[in-house]
Amino acid sequence: MFSRAYKAVVTLPPLLWVTVFLLIPYLLMFCYSFWSVSAEQTIVHAWRLDNYRELLRVGVYWQTLLRSMWIAGRVTLFSLLLGYPLAYYLSFHAGKWKDLLYQLVIIPLWVSYLVRAYAWKTILGSDGVLNTLLQYVHLTKHPLEFLLYSPFAVVLTLTHIYTPFTFLPIYASLEHIPGNLVEASQDLGASPLQTFWRVIVPLSVPGVLAGATFAFVLSLGDFLAPLLLGGPSGIMISNIVVSLFGAAYNWPLGAAIAFVMMVLVVGLLFLSERLEKKWSFS
Amino acid sequence: MELLMRAAGSPVKGTRWLGLYAVAVFAFLYLPIAVLIIYSFNGEGVGGFPPHNLTVGWYRTLFADGAIWDSVINSVLVALAAVTIALAFGVPAALALDRAQFPGKALFRRLVLLPLILPGIITGLSLLMLFREADVKLSLLTIVLGHGTALISVATTEVFAGLQKLDRAQEEASLDLGANYWQTFWRITIPNLRLSIIGAALLIFTLSLDEIAVSFFLIGRDNTLPLEIWGRLRRGITPEINAISTIIFVFSLIAILLWYHLRFRSDGQTEIAAELVEAAVQGD
Repeated sequence: MFSRAYKAVVTLPPLLWVTVFLLIPYLLMFCYSFWSVSAEQTIVHAWRLDNYRELLRVGVYWQTLLRSMWIAGRVTLFSLLLGYPLAYYLSFHAGKWKDLLYQLVIIPLWVSYLVRAYAWKTILGSDGVLNTLLQYVHLTKHPLEFLLYSPFAVVLTLTHIYTPFTFLPIYASLEHIPGNLVEASQDLGASPLQTFWRVIVPLSVPGVLAGATFAFVLSLGDFLAPLLLGGPSGIMISNIVVSLFGAAYNWPLGAAIAFVMMVLVVGLLFLSERLEKKWSFS
Repeated sequence: MELLMRAAGSPVKGTRWLGLYAVAVFAFLYLPIAVLIIYSFNGEGVGGFPPHNLTVGWYRTLFADGAIWDSVINSVLVALAAVTIALAFGVPAALALDRAQFPGKALFRRLVLLPLILPGIITGLSLLMLFREADVKLSLLTIVLGHGTALISVATTEVFAGLQKLDRAQEEASLDLGANYWQTFWRITIPNLRLSIIGAALLIFTLSLDEIAVSFFLIGRDNTLPLEIWGRLRRGITPEINAISTIIFVFSLIAILLWYHLRFRSDGQTEIAAELVEAAVQGD
């Protein structure tokens, strides 16, 4: 129904734009990861594997990567532990309040990321709201120092940020479960617990996978929350990349780390998609 | 014993616990927002319980603060330009994905969606390297290009979803009755996609206003609002930041309400935020 000219007009401009501003930059990052910096602080366009060797040789890089994955893993777990029961409650038990409660989960999503991280900083600091409250009610005598500038603060903040994101796809998948499947399970004598584990959980796996992937990937690459709340023990892999692109001035090494992250992320997306296809019933 | 187990497993009691748990999760989600707003009126600084010396003084300081308002203007300009770019390329991209076959289509679809799921640092740094190799000086323009490009994904996802609900017969009829493609596009396709386009524009505007991870690497001399706030956070914090955050929160709320108002008029079911998360992860 549409002519070749029509198709060309709608296809070529976006294709060209995306090639120039997404494909080429991502490829350029890959190129940079093989280059190096000369003593005069210029980029040497020679193709070597030195940056990748450096990543394997220097412990702090892969240790920080592992720590970031550990932080992201905890964020994912806690987001699921908060998001799944909430989605389940809204989907099956909230009755007439369902739509309103749903909007209430969405609203914090639109509060600026930076602002929420900052709010946690004012809560967790040694003169912060929580510590002064604890002293006010005489539960503690001195401020608890471990609250801020620790991996704990980073995990807490990122969990706060990604819980609504994990909730969304889980809720969507719960909402798509046909009511007659649940009824059939009950009619055939399954207990509520059996219905939950045998019918509802398997059917919500795609939503869980989508939410978990989103939370894991985006918290893995975060660098602002660690800078603001993490302190020295909360440094994540992106903070190293930021410093390599800044004061340390070694763009190629930074590009190598960023490229490794990108491969990791794309690999996870691929895996999650595979798993999701396997578990989807439609 | 059996009685006990039955009571614990009974739907009514289980539901009550679940309800309490849901309340706790809501409390967790809203605690920082409440603290933020309350302490924007606190004369004594950003922490300290209980808050005292309630004042609107921080708002007064804020309104007299030229640097903040310059950055607000910059952010609004960037967001408007980003909306323009994202729609100009995102709408045709959705049409292309819907109706054209071309080599590399699957890759193209994934590439468009990638900035939604890739951590901002990767997209930001890639563009930084592009601008460096092309000798482009960093400025608000480079931020516009970054936001515009990253948010094409939002326009494409939303308009593509709109196209799936479009009544194709209308376009066919228009073409059969002698209208050309251009006329059909402006008189049939675009009006039918109106809600998707307005919704996408609102969302892109809001996301651009708040964006920091990509802007962080593409910033020139002029700050956007999040970067201005970021700079201040590193120098020491005052409730002035709570005040500007409260104002942004109120404005985001207005944008969301506007958005839901639009959405509910078209259909109450689909939800763009959920669509986006799934599109980002699944690549389709």
